[in-house]
Amino acid sequence: MRIGPALGAALAGLALSAAVLSAFWTPYDAGLMAIADKLQPPSGAHWFGTDHFGRDILSMAMAGARTSMAVALVAVAIGMGLGVPLGLLAAARRGTWTDEIVMRGNDLIFAFPSLVIAILITAVWGPSALNAMVAIGIFNVPVFARVTRGAALPVWVLDYIRAARVAGKGAGLISVQHILPNIAGLLIVQATIQFSLGILAEAGLSYVGLGAQPPTPSWGRMLAEAQTMVALAPHVAVIPGLCIVLTVLGLNLLGDGLRDALDPRLRVRR
Amino acid sequence: MLRYVLRQMIVMGSSLLAASALIFSVVELVPGDPASFMLGTGAQPETLAALRQQIGLDQPLALRYAAWLGAILHGDFGTSFTYKTPIAGMIAERLQVSLPLALMALALAIALALPVGLYAAARRDRAGDGLAMGTTHLGIALPNFWFAMLLVLVFAVRLRWLPAGGFPGWSDPLAALTSLILPATALALPQAAILARVLRSALVETMGQDYIRTARAKGLTAGQALRRHALRNALIPVLTILGMQFSFLLAGAIIIENVFYLPGLGRMIFQAITQRDLIVVQSAVLVLVAAVIAVTFLVDLAYGAVDPRLRRA
Repeated sequence: MRIGPALGAALAGLALSAAVLSAFWTPYDAGLMAIADKLQPPSGAHWFGTDHFGRDILSMAMAGARTSMAVALVAVAIGMGLGVPLGLLAAARRGTWTDEIVMRGNDLIFAFPSLVIAILITAVWGPSALNAMVAIGIFNVPVFARVTRGAALPVWVLDYIRAARVAGKGAGLISVQHILPNIAGLLIVQATIQFSLGILAEAGLSYVGLGAQPPTPSWGRMLAEAQTMVALAPHVAVIPGLCIVLTVLGLNLLGDGLRDALDPRLRVRR
Repeated sequence: MLRYVLRQMIVMGSSLLAASALIFSVVELVPGDPASFMLGTGAQPETLAALRQQIGLDQPLALRYAAWLGAILHGDFGTSFTYKTPIAGMIAERLQVSLPLALMALALAIALALPVGLYAAARRDRAGDGLAMGTTHLGIALPNFWFAMLLVLVFAVRLRWLPAGGFPGWSDPLAALTSLILPATALALPQAAILARVLRSALVETMGQDYIRTARAKGLTAGQALRRHALRNALIPVLTILGMQFSFLLAGAIIIENVFYLPGLGRMIFQAITQRDLIVVQSAVLVLVAAVIAVTFLVDLAYGAVDPRLRRA
């Protein structure tokens, strides 16, 4: 295994473990305030130090990982759940009005960056982690639809698909039984990329107050609260930022490794 | 070429129409109706009735949408419920900050990505390539608002070279540009990293083509073939990414304006959300989405200019 994907798997695995572990255990209660211990630098008692309310930053970062990953995961599920069937439909009905409508609809949603969707949703229904999931998820739909359609089109002209048609199978059944397994690898890679983008988007939304709301810990909200403390106690801002960078870096390296492993053409090109 | 331009214009027009209908419909979904949402639960019945009449809630939905769209086409976005001033003027004023910020970031991203992409492609699979691509991996993973905070810490708080935030206005162009340097850098770096990677892979792909081999056989060095022939042909994927990046830059600018307290469109949107000024949110979102659609149109035209085969497609 090359160093990049191995490092990526290790970083992503670490973040995922912290997120899962935080559901059962954190060194301190992530919301516990101890004003007497405020803005402590990293030490034996508090490995990542404390924030301006004396809360343990390691505990908050672990709980924040859970929020970030949950939002990004649900957003990927929304994107795949809607985007993949739409892409399969467009590929099966390639060149028809159905294909045109699906793809133009995708182009339309693509004109709305996830933050803009979140702004619209927040303006109407108010800010929450759930609305962040929906906003990022909607943005993921056209991405998965395009990737699915693009990957499915070349498979549709292969001989064994023609054989399946001759055998009497309908477009829907062929899409599920033959096309989907063929493009699953590519979809997994795209899911990894969208998952890492989802973590960045969730952090951005929470940072501006459109994502997770207090008392739910989130990396983005930790950074928003740290903004005025950055000159006084840089660790308060540096640590949540590093959590985001290392997790996203890990997922991207892992995604690259998976892509190389699943696409033999890329291995040759390297 | 004219047919190609006309076709792209029809696509852009229908996209704008669909986007406006979508934005208008979403705002209609507020709990209660837009007037009671904006005024809150303690509103006087007569105030509520006046606002309902002002925004035309007594008329059918389709008629209201047509009137709203017609007014916008004449440059009238309505009046802000909070500030009682025309929204078109507010947007024009805020764009004087947001647009230069996005353009400055885009220019900076291209200026950073071009040499890195060219260098990495020329040093393919060597140590320099690995280092450059490793750095871009890090750049892509960087949340721009966090990078902005670090830039403020280093260049504004510690070194005191640049302002930490605020915007002095264009009456002093040098001070205005200086105040945009850190925000534009924060916006540009992650985008430059993506662009450099796309450029490198497009160049590597193009350098394997037969016509590059012919150019080399005619005596061109690898560097000359890269700059004279491969770069132009690698521009298609780069243009696609540039178009997409503009949408990310606009969205990113919304966040970055809040980090640096810049009075742009992004800050206006957040203030409007806090004040429940739905008319301002609706108009500002429409402007942002229209900008993204317009850039996509320009990128499609650029495709035609760069690759003549696409005009016939």
